[in-house]
Amino acid sequence: MVLLLASTACHGSNSSSAALADTGKIMQLTPPKPDVTLTLPDGFRATVFADGLGKARHITVSSGGYVFVKLNSDKKGSTIVRLQDTNGDGIADQEIDFGSFKGTGIGIKNGYLYASSDVDVFRFKLNDDGSVVNPAQPEKIISGLIARGEHESKSLVLDNNGNIYVNIGAFSNSCQISDRKNGSPGIKPCPILDSAAGIWQFSASKLNQTYADGIRYATGLRNVVGLDWNTSTNTLFVMQHGRDQLTMFPQYFNDKQNAVLPAECMYEIHKGDNAGWPYIYYDPAQNKKILMPEYGGDGVKTAGEDAIDPVVAFPAHTAPNALLFYTGSQFPEKYKNGAFVAFHGSWNRAPEPQEGFYVAFVPFSNGKPSGKWEIFANGFSGGADKTASGRAIHRPCGLAQGPDGSLYVTDDSKGTVWKITYK
Amino acid sequence: MKFNFCLISRIFIFFLIIVPAFLNAQDNHCVVKKSPFRLSMDSGKKVYTLQCLTCHQADGLGAPPMNPPLTGKQILGDKKKLIGIVIKGLDTHEEIDGVKYQNVMPPHPEMKDQEIADVLTYIRNSFGNKAVSVKASEVKSVRSKLK
Repeated sequence: MVLLLASTACHGSNSSSAALADTGKIMQLTPPKPDVTLTLPDGFRATVFADGLGKARHITVSSGGYVFVKLNSDKKGSTIVRLQDTNGDGIADQEIDFGSFKGTGIGIKNGYLYASSDVDVFRFKLNDDGSVVNPAQPEKIISGLIARGEHESKSLVLDNNGNIYVNIGAFSNSCQISDRKNGSPGIKPCPILDSAAGIWQFSASKLNQTYADGIRYATGLRNVVGLDWNTSTNTLFVMQHGRDQLTMFPQYFNDKQNAVLPAECMYEIHKGDNAGWPYIYYDPAQNKKILMPEYGGDGVKTAGEDAIDPVVAFPAHTAPNALLFYTGSQFPEKYKNGAFVAFHGSWNRAPEPQEGFYVAFVPFSNGKPSGKWEIFANGFSGGADKTASGRAIHRPCGLAQGPDGSLYVTDDSKGTVWKITYK
Repeated sequence: MKFNFCLISRIFIFFLIIVPAFLNAQDNHCVVKKSPFRLSMDSGKKVYTLQCLTCHQADGLGAPPMNPPLTGKQILGDKKKLIGIVIKGLDTHEEIDGVKYQNVMPPHPEMKDQEIADVLTYIRNSFGNKAVSVKASEVKSVRSKLK
C-alpha cells in the first residue's frame, strides 16, 4: 500500500518530493496547551483546536466538519492536514496528512477540495461526508502561474457559477526599474500587469488550464492573500497588501509617514476592475488615491481616476492574509454577512512600532460596510512588546467558518489553529 | 534633622545628575580618542539605520520569510561575498538555513567604500555576531573586480 502510494505520488504534482505521507493513517492527538490568551468580545470563547502544524496558511471546513489546513511547509512529507473533532469538545483529536505541494490556497466547492501550490491549483474529490476520496491523486486544474520570489502565494476562492478566482501577486514592490531601490523610478507602463498583479478567473472543473484559458478578472492589485466570494452581493471581495517603503523617497516621506501609509484596502471587485497598482496608493487620512512617488508623486498629487475606490481602508502594512464573510447563525446578529479579516502583522513600519497580529471585523448591511471596523480577536502576538517589535509568537493567516457557525483561525508561525465560538 | 536630610538630598542629587552630566561631557570630548573599531561601529550604525533597518529590523533579525536575518554563518563568513551583496544586491531567492526569502536586496553601488566597510563591521559585531572588521580597502578591492 505504501509502495503503491509512493508510485502515484508525483501524479498531478509539481513537487519533487517522491513520497507521500498519507497512508490513510489516523493520528490520535493530545489536547494542545494554549501559549497566549486571546481577547474577544463578551460571550465569545477561543480554544486551541490544534497546534504544531508548521506554516498553517489557509483553512476550510467541509459540511461534515472535517477541517482542512493548507501548509506552506512540509509536515513529514505532507502539506495538507485534515483535522477532526470526534468528541465535540472543540479540540481536534484526529489528524490525517496528505498532499505533496506546499502552498497557501484551499477551499471546498461542489464536492471538491481545491488547493494551490505557488504555481499550480489542484482539486481532490470528496466523499459525501467530506473526506477525501483519493488523497494521493489530485487533479491538476491550473498550472504555470508566475511565482518569482515576491508575493508568490496563490490564494483562491470559488463562486457559485463554476469559476475559481486565483490571486497572482506582483513580483515587485512598486514596479521600479530596480525593485526596492531608493529613488528608482517606476516602469511605465508596468509590464508586470500582463501576467501578475491581479486576480485571474478560471473554470473550476476544467483540467490542465494555463494562462491562455484564464481571464484577467481584475488588475492593479499588488498582492492579494485574503479574498472571499460574498454570497449576498454575489461579488468578489479582496484584501490588498499595500506597497512598502515609501521612505525610498525621503524627500516626500519620513519614517512616521511611511508607518501609516498606504492603507491596506478592501475592494469589491467586478469583472474588469483596476485597483491602480503600481501608479497609485490609497491615503487613509486624505481619503484619496495618491500618485506613487515612483511615477512622479509627492504624497499630495492625486491620480488613478480610472481606479476603483476601496470599500474599507485598514492600517498600513498590517498584512491582511484572510477575508471571510460570516454567513453563520451561531454569532450574534451583528456579525451576519459582516467581514472578518486576519492581519498577519507588519514589518515595514520599522523603526516605528509594528502593528497588526489580530482578527478584525467589519459589519455589513446590504452589501456595504455599515459601521467602523473593530478588532475582534487580539493577543496572538503574545503581548504589546511583541507586537511593537514584530517578534510575534503567532501570526493570523487563515479564516474559515465551520458548519455550526464557529470561526477557525490559523497561524503560520507556530501552526496553531483556534476555534472561536459564541456562548 | 530636617536640614541634614535636605543637605543629604542635595548632595545625592548632585551626584545623581550633575556628576554624570559632567562625565558625559568629558566622554564627548574623548570621541576623537575612540578606537578605529569603535568609530567604524558608530558610523556603521548610522548607515544601518538609514539603509538597512526597515527590512532587516532594529534587532537585525529580519522579517521572515520576506527579509533574512543578519546573523549566523552567512554574516560571519566570507567578507567578499557580503561586500558583493551590498554593492550588487541579491535577487536569487536562494534558501538560507532552509528558508526561502521573498524580497530582493537592492544594489547599493553609490555607497562609499568606507560606508560599506562600516555598516558591515557594525552588522558583523551586532545582533549577537562577533567577527573581524571589514576595511574600506577590502571593499575597494571587491568593487574593482565587480566592474
